[in-house]
Amino acid sequence: MATVEREQALMTVNMGPQHPSTHGVLRLILTLEGETVVDIEPVIGYLHTGIEKEAEFKTYHKVITLNDRLDYVSGMTNNFAYSLAVEKLLGIEPPPRGQYLRVIVAELQRIASHLVWLGTTGLELGVISAFFYCFREREKILDLFEMLCGARLTYSYIIPGGVRYDLPDGWIDRCRQFLREFPQAWQELDELISQNPIWLERTKGIGVIKPEDAIAWGVTGPSLRATGVAWDLRKTMPYSRYDDFDFEIVTETDGDTYARYWVRMREMLESVKIVQQAIENLPSGPVLADHPWATPPPKERLDKDMEALIRHFLFYSRGYPVPPGEAYAAVESARGEVGFYIVSDGSEKPYRMHMRAPSFIHVHALPIAARGHLVADLIAILASFDPVMGEVDR
Amino acid sequence: MVGRDMEQGTQDKEATQAMTDIDRLLQVARRLKTQFGDAVEEVKVHNGEVTVTVRRDILTEVMRYLRDEERFEMLVDATAVDYLPLRDEPRFEVVYHLLSLTHRLRLGVKVRLQSEDAWVPTVCHIYPSANPYEREIWDMFGIHIEGHPNLKRILTYDEFPGHPLRKDFPLFWQPGMPLEKREEQFEEW
Repeated sequence: MATVEREQALMTVNMGPQHPSTHGVLRLILTLEGETVVDIEPVIGYLHTGIEKEAEFKTYHKVITLNDRLDYVSGMTNNFAYSLAVEKLLGIEPPPRGQYLRVIVAELQRIASHLVWLGTTGLELGVISAFFYCFREREKILDLFEMLCGARLTYSYIIPGGVRYDLPDGWIDRCRQFLREFPQAWQELDELISQNPIWLERTKGIGVIKPEDAIAWGVTGPSLRATGVAWDLRKTMPYSRYDDFDFEIVTETDGDTYARYWVRMREMLESVKIVQQAIENLPSGPVLADHPWATPPPKERLDKDMEALIRHFLFYSRGYPVPPGEAYAAVESARGEVGFYIVSDGSEKPYRMHMRAPSFIHVHALPIAARGHLVADLIAILASFDPVMGEVDR
Repeated sequence: MVGRDMEQGTQDKEATQAMTDIDRLLQVARRLKTQFGDAVEEVKVHNGEVTVTVRRDILTEVMRYLRDEERFEMLVDATAVDYLPLRDEPRFEVVYHLLSLTHRLRLGVKVRLQSEDAWVPTVCHIYPSANPYEREIWDMFGIHIEGHPNLKRILTYDEFPGHPLRKDFPLFWQPGMPLEKREEQFEEW
């Protein structure tokens, strides 16, 4: 029997958890036939920090600082989704300027996240120099974020009710400068990578996912769009103020690693377009909603107004109660649909907080893309899904 | 195939612009009710979302119906909630979030479970993406998934005692700490 011979030739190999190309601590139990991958069993949990449990013991304001530690490559979008869910429960809406600032930082974050992805994937696939160009550009975005909120990785900038700070002086000019320079840098990266024969050889036709498989497995984000499904929450189920902006859903039809790469590349330019429009049409006014207890009072009122001072202390020490109920809110992050499901019992702490992490699903959808490919290609396929272990293990 | 359906969906959306998403979801819920009768226990509208609570024994049929007839193609999320301090029974709720790419709708499906009888049938064969989520539900809540092909712990390790997201599991616990010590440690903290 042919099957018996096959089974004899199978070999089980452990890849990870400490492996430079697993983007963190992911362990893959590979079943190999020679060099060909027959099956993969992902083993996760090495970075499990119990954030969902910990959130049940913290006030809604303090949970924000936990959220951006989940997907540490794009903390802004996590804060964004969490804030939308809490706002749904509270029934408040941020003022227009706050909404626009959210869109601006979320799109800059998308560019930064895609640049990290491109740089590290380049390292793995032999395009070493791309890494330096990517991180040079990302540094500029992180500088912009540092000007905004003082943090470079875990921002806690978007909070329920709006954003934490208004733009500092000179921020818009620096952002405009970045937007002017970035397309040139993009061009450099494009020339460096897109026609590179090694890159093409290692990505074209590798790790093909069919659209129906992608949908059945819950694959979202650039990986879904690379299969030809035009699904982008920013456009198909617009949240915040995304329906104000003119941009396109980037799709490719091949569903392979190269398509996922090219979708992400073109998405960066779409994000630049959105940020440009948002900056040109930035409304004036407050950045944070003025809710009697669920938002911190403006700083300048603290030394004049006793009520504001009391509100300030209550907000930071006791927290604010959220009406009982449950809400699910999702945003399109750099990796896919990030959703927060929050159950409130009417107290100051979330009764249950659950994060829908795109990487969690992508890691488990890996076998359908990688079966039948070589082990060396597995690294390219895994990288092309852009998993971040912080949100896989939560 | 998918592309054509999506175009169709856009046209539908334009035709029924006057109808809000909630109305359309309530229509889905009404059709579910006629199909399954009393087994659909509750239809709830909250914060712009619609959640239907169904009896456990029809869960798989409901899921299959929603996927094939109502075109909720994607299971976006599945999780559970432990209501131990809030109410006696039913203690657990398993929540599935479905997404329809065709109609651009989200629907929540819930199953309520007694603490003595905490199990749900698997929906892996209908939505493959349920596989890791159901393992997570088993790992975190100890809700048994009947018929799951690979029901192992996913986030914690195999020897881990207890199920961490249950409300009676303390926040403070370290490996090797005896069970009765847990509460003391927590109080001290």
